[in-house]
Amino acid sequence: MRFYEYESKALFARHGLPLSARGLAHSRDDARRIAQEIGCPVVLKSQVLSGGRMKAGAVKFASTPDEAAAHYDAIVPIVVNGQACRAVLVETKSPIAQEYYVGVTWDGRAKKPVLIFSDMGGIDIEEVAEKHPEHVSKTHFSTILPITPRIAKEAIGATGVTGDALNRLVPIVHELMKMFLTYDLTLAEINPLVRLEDGKFMVLDGHVDMEAEARGKHKKLLEELGIRPDETRQAREATPFELRGAEINAKDHRGVAGNVVEFDGDLGLVIGAGGGSLTLFDAVRKHGGRPANYCEIGGNPSVGKAKELTKLILSKPGVEKIAVMMNVVSNTRVDIVARGVIKGCIEAGKDPKDVIAIFRIPGAWEQEGFKILSKYGVDYCDRSVSMYEAAGKAVAKMGRK
Amino acid sequence: MSILVDQNTTFIVQGITGREAVNLTRDCLDYGSKVVGGVTPGRAGRDVYGVPVFDSVRDAVKANGGRVDGSVISVPPGFTRDAAFEAIENGIRLIVIVTENIPRQEVAQMVELANLRGARIIGPNCLGLITPGECKMGGIGGPAANTKQAYTRGNIGIMSRSGGMTTEIASTLTAAGFGQSTAVSIGGDAIIGTTYAELMPLFEADPETKAIAIYSEPGGRMEAELAEWVTTHRSRLPIVAFMAGRFMDEMKGMRFGHAGTIVEGKEDTTAAKIERMEKAGISVAERIEEIPALIQKRLGEKR
Repeated sequence: MRFYEYESKALFARHGLPLSARGLAHSRDDARRIAQEIGCPVVLKSQVLSGGRMKAGAVKFASTPDEAAAHYDAIVPIVVNGQACRAVLVETKSPIAQEYYVGVTWDGRAKKPVLIFSDMGGIDIEEVAEKHPEHVSKTHFSTILPITPRIAKEAIGATGVTGDALNRLVPIVHELMKMFLTYDLTLAEINPLVRLEDGKFMVLDGHVDMEAEARGKHKKLLEELGIRPDETRQAREATPFELRGAEINAKDHRGVAGNVVEFDGDLGLVIGAGGGSLTLFDAVRKHGGRPANYCEIGGNPSVGKAKELTKLILSKPGVEKIAVMMNVVSNTRVDIVARGVIKGCIEAGKDPKDVIAIFRIPGAWEQEGFKILSKYGVDYCDRSVSMYEAAGKAVAKMGRK
Repeated sequence: MSILVDQNTTFIVQGITGREAVNLTRDCLDYGSKVVGGVTPGRAGRDVYGVPVFDSVRDAVKANGGRVDGSVISVPPGFTRDAAFEAIENGIRLIVIVTENIPRQEVAQMVELANLRGARIIGPNCLGLITPGECKMGGIGGPAANTKQAYTRGNIGIMSRSGGMTTEIASTLTAAGFGQSTAVSIGGDAIIGTTYAELMPLFEADPETKAIAIYSEPGGRMEAELAEWVTTHRSRLPIVAFMAGRFMDEMKGMRFGHAGTIVEGKEDTTAAKIERMEKAGISVAERIEEIPALIQKRLGEKR
């Protein structure tokens, strides 16, 4: 879950990292007032969940409060990589002597956090790593031993930094490493971290990502930072349809019937589980089908949960039929899903045999499930029909090629 | 032969009195696995389908003459790390973590301690593993009758980031006359105890295994790691991989399916993964039902 820059900086400030004087503007008057208070020249930066702000023109410099107000108006409408501007951060502009990069992230191969440091900051770190590998150090560190400053010292020193700069950098980098683990972050990045002309260091821009699984653990912090529990911070915010899906899933703790993502097609998908849903979604598209949604059922959800999910999908405008498909199931029971889906169709005022294009869930309790489906005249198949073929049958019933 | 588990493997179930764990225990027992104990603090003296329950792993191990090979951990996310530490520190060498939604940091801690003590973790967020006809360790395959229908003894090793798709692939292979040596559901998280590349040396050393089938998806570097391993070690095993989630290539930053399944950079895309794997000589299937024929073809080429 990505933080806005101003949220990242609020977190950095709690840990005593050096930051410029700043204020968050929600109006042009705010921008003018903040510029006046902190003193010009200032930099105005769009608060947006995306990189590439500079290129998009969403970062501007102002030498007077009036200019800051004008820039505010120019920045707000700019959409960066599909992301809208939430507010504008106004900060003092400082004279820079050198830029550095420091980031901490997970390395799934080493299964450890990795500290990345470079004395060539301000630009894309991947590019630096490619062109100037001697200026980038990558240092893995333990999650069970204490995090001590020597790890930071070694990582910084490996890029050739020495003297006063080294000694001033160590506590900043050390603090960032600790924050990474304290808050279950998946990315803690400062780029650039700058040395000013007077030798002091300052965090100019920061990017923090928190692991979704850890949100509950850090509820208090998120609340204090003003991050609402329903903000997914994915590539786009959740739609009302998706939020209703999440509600259905949360209401009953038994199994999963949710993770709904809205698409604009006409074929509703009641599919599962984690891997099966990806496989089936691909298959529907490969056959030329247009999915109305993505979802996941698994872990043996209750009849009620499967029913509600079915009703939700059928309620989406434009959905003509649903395809109920999963891989061979182990712990999810076929009969329970069958019962839930049929109930859902009936409660939505539809005849199951008309609205269910295909039911393909083989596995545990399939005989019982198939019996129920036959009773309602629903077209079903067992494992002898592959997931791909089942998706094809569903798409064929949509009456298009 | 097989890898990791066979007819002699003994294991315990941590969190054995939980709803899912009770089912898992019954299914494993029905299949013929040697479930020799269970742990739920405060429930010592009870039993689950005849399996004695203990307060601690220490007591369970002691009651089994000081030796238990494995543990299946099925406890809530907040208790998983400690459960894994408990298993590791009591000498258990093979730990299957079923639990989902564990923050990466805790997974990393479990893996780090396991590495220090010479233990292996499978998962988290997995269904465990099976050597057909010998040992089913975890929920993989479901009830014994369903498991027997999908999994049969043979020469194909399976590794899968999806528990359900492990069984789908096994079922497809079985229908085509290909049995399996060992099938491992490795887990769907961004950080897992044992990756494809880390299982490869085991399959490589197993004379029974003649080919490998893999389920993979977007996110992470696990496929790249496998491709590298195969190239560096000149693997004798033909590998056929199925790649799911191709639609995600166009949906950067959106998470689908498992926790580890997200396209953040170019390397996470299915297109990049397919290219890497094919370069390393791994055949990539677009449909599950293509796997048996591709394996057949690759085995034929070898002769």
